[in-house]
Amino acid sequence: MSIIKTSIGRRSFLKSSAIAGGGMMLGFSWLASCQSSKTKEEILAMPKEWFEMNSYLKIGDNGVVTMFTPNPEFGQNIRTSMPMLIAEELDIDWKKVIVEQAPYHAENYGFQLSGGSLGIKNRWEPLRMAGATARQMLCEAAAQVWEVPVEEITTNEGILHHKKSGKSAGYGEMASAAAAIPVPEEVQLKEVKDFKIIGKSHKNVDGKSIVTGKPMFGIDYHKEGMLIAMIAHPPAFGMTLKSVDAASVKSMPGIKDVVTIKCYKEGVQKPITDTNAFPEVVAIVGNSTWEVMQAKKQLKVEWKPTPAKSEKFRGFRGDIETINTPAGLESSDKHKSQMAALAAKPGKVVRKDGKPEAAFKNAAKVIERSYSAPFLAHNCMEPINTFAHVQGDKVQIATTQQAPSLIVPTLSASLGIPAENIEIEMMRMGGGFGRRAYGHYAIEAALISKEVGAPIKLIYTREDDMTNGIYRPTYQATYRAAFDEDNNLTALHIKAGGIPESPLFANRFPAGAIDNYLAEEWAIDSNITIGAFRAPRSNFIAGAEQSFLDEIAEEMGKDPIEFRLELLKRAKENPVGEENDYDAERYAGVLELVREKSGWGRNQANVHRGVSAYFCHSTYAAHVMDMTLEDDKPVVRKVTTAIDCGIVVNPDAAVNMAEGAITDGVGNAFFGELTFKDGVPTKKNFDTYRMIRMSEAPKEIDVHFVQNEIKPTGMGEPPFPPIFGAVANAMYKATGKRQYDQPFLGEKEVLG
Amino acid sequence: MATYNLKINGQKREVDVAPDTPMLWVLRDHLNMPGTKYGCGVAQCGACTIHLDGNAMRSCMLPVSAIGDKAITTIEGLSENGDHPVQKAWLEHDVAQCGYCQAGQIMSAASLLNNIPNPTDSDIEAAMHGNICRCGTYGRIKAAVKTAVKLS
Repeated sequence: MSIIKTSIGRRSFLKSSAIAGGGMMLGFSWLASCQSSKTKEEILAMPKEWFEMNSYLKIGDNGVVTMFTPNPEFGQNIRTSMPMLIAEELDIDWKKVIVEQAPYHAENYGFQLSGGSLGIKNRWEPLRMAGATARQMLCEAAAQVWEVPVEEITTNEGILHHKKSGKSAGYGEMASAAAAIPVPEEVQLKEVKDFKIIGKSHKNVDGKSIVTGKPMFGIDYHKEGMLIAMIAHPPAFGMTLKSVDAASVKSMPGIKDVVTIKCYKEGVQKPITDTNAFPEVVAIVGNSTWEVMQAKKQLKVEWKPTPAKSEKFRGFRGDIETINTPAGLESSDKHKSQMAALAAKPGKVVRKDGKPEAAFKNAAKVIERSYSAPFLAHNCMEPINTFAHVQGDKVQIATTQQAPSLIVPTLSASLGIPAENIEIEMMRMGGGFGRRAYGHYAIEAALISKEVGAPIKLIYTREDDMTNGIYRPTYQATYRAAFDEDNNLTALHIKAGGIPESPLFANRFPAGAIDNYLAEEWAIDSNITIGAFRAPRSNFIAGAEQSFLDEIAEEMGKDPIEFRLELLKRAKENPVGEENDYDAERYAGVLELVREKSGWGRNQANVHRGVSAYFCHSTYAAHVMDMTLEDDKPVVRKVTTAIDCGIVVNPDAAVNMAEGAITDGVGNAFFGELTFKDGVPTKKNFDTYRMIRMSEAPKEIDVHFVQNEIKPTGMGEPPFPPIFGAVANAMYKATGKRQYDQPFLGEKEVLG
Repeated sequence: MATYNLKINGQKREVDVAPDTPMLWVLRDHLNMPGTKYGCGVAQCGACTIHLDGNAMRSCMLPVSAIGDKAITTIEGLSENGDHPVQKAWLEHDVAQCGYCQAGQIMSAASLLNNIPNPTDSDIEAAMHGNICRCGTYGRIKAAVKTAVKLS
């Protein structure tokens, strides 16, 4: 039993309710969660009165509980799993739970971030505490009403009981009295063995809304009198606005206005999430999307080159980082030669254990391999959008943001309005993957609304979305391994870099398992904007590392799983260095589990297997991929996966996340690629940007979780990076050719 | 601008729009039916899939002037209570992650079952080839289509 100090009050919630006013849409997500047993009439029998227990939940006089889910949803299914945490400790029947999206409100809900696979990890205690606090208040209310000691009150799925007197009451009956009870200073949280909701699969509370096409996404937002806006941005990175001929489209049907906006106010410190290659853009505003799209095609704009600049950004940890953006129009061909040149020079040493130089000098044998991957576009299925309505010194925003708080200081400065006058509704996102952590489009929407004096919805076309990206950088890594005369691995050397950042994590495995270890990095400045993309940096370096380990194992004549386990045994028993960023035992645990579940070693005819594992975002993942060749084309028959993310809150949803990450990873490994020519992205839509489709997806995915009682960690990112290594290693077994440069297939081959 | 009388989800709807306006935007902007989604505008992702006389069509490149008297079905009208076998199967398999592409996926699957009541794996893969899901829910989509066959 863990007793923790509470840190939530009630007063703050009332304030947030007032801000949200009547504008907060009550989601009947309940419809989906209890579709089996309830009639529509029963569902709609809403309580006459709600009693607010804290900012995360209110209880109706009929026992229905509304839970405010704090973080924005982009497909991680946290709108189900986060309320499950509250419901567990409140001890309520899940069928009586209505889920509502909380508005952006930092004071009530803390950091409302969906990113870094941090949602469940960071909310694990606070949300259970919110439930436990309310339960405790209900118990105290019952004790007062029944005049019995509070210790004698028990609860069971929304009912309070006092065994000795035989009294019982529903939460709804006690909610009024409970709301008047002071918030307890300490609450008891359940032990893992007592969980009734956590650890059991619960269906997506939004399932029914999704399959019936209910408006819930940012792009669906509608307000009476709203206009549609689109932007015209420079066609190439390294260009900016020179002039616009607004008259060229102003008389076109449905067009209301053409305005130029500058996103940022001079002299204001920008957070890193203000990354934006095109801070000055032209906006076309009109009655309907199609009309605005037509005008966008006709708009006459001139662009000019941007000068080189050096800007200071506030990083995620509050540190100030300088980002240099050179002038010029960049091309992928030149990027390749730039990267090759830097890869050949000494890099910045990030970690050094033992005497790697001597080990390589004295080696009986050295193998060296280089890996690369291109820029990637996020390609969230829902193109970028935001609704904004500026009225005087207030603004109402309905947007798709992974971290709404990060846009607030910029909105405030750019609009010249106080932060407390910014109201943000967090709409469901049709994908995020890191792209929606960079909120320039919300700034654009707000400035457009201010300029035209009307509520507007800004929509990016798919082409805008793909060509005004915050891309996954292009990366390169060279690995070297030294062996002695007895073919023992004596040293490992990594030199990795990218444009414009290095993918290196110097303290991750196999650091700590090798006596002589050297990790170096380099980076090349660029004016192409980059940012987080599902497991940033890991999404490249994992594949490179796991491919190289596969080659080392082969070189040593060892089984690839056994070889990794030997390294992990060394790292556990006698680690090299002190900064190793992984738990060798848990890492080995997923490899052992995937070995067992995949039936490793029992090979089938014509089925080629590759293994890969990785640790990032606090979760361990290992995959075994089974590949066949059909008409000389690789087909992913099966992926067996083992994951250690601690306690699994909503198992089937976690499996869905893993399946998605695996499929997404296979797609990006095979096809993902964005190249540039003279600053222009060479792909602008899905006719040329190859996304994985059903026939190319793994035919079967079998996901297993390590069973333990460790605090839960994230699932959105960790299964993604290692799949690149599994693809490469399975392809080697299938074709006899090692894969070094992504995409592995690209335009070269069509699958299945 | 021109006036069009459309049959959408069993109802008559009148719109006054430019003849080249794609059905996608007629639905979303003019008829307040945003269930049909914009994904690419070039008929490559399938998010905008609707039915024209029961057959799946990409509405983003389908001008309103080409509809004539054909009956349109959108995700909002696939069933009255969200209980079409495909919708039920989608819930049973808890297919969705972000959910954005799923309306289009469901419309493609429902059209497939209209035309081939007992599809093979390759029938399913062929029919669903035009629908992209970046979340990677293809495995569940395929399983749900098979379940929908049983529920039909």
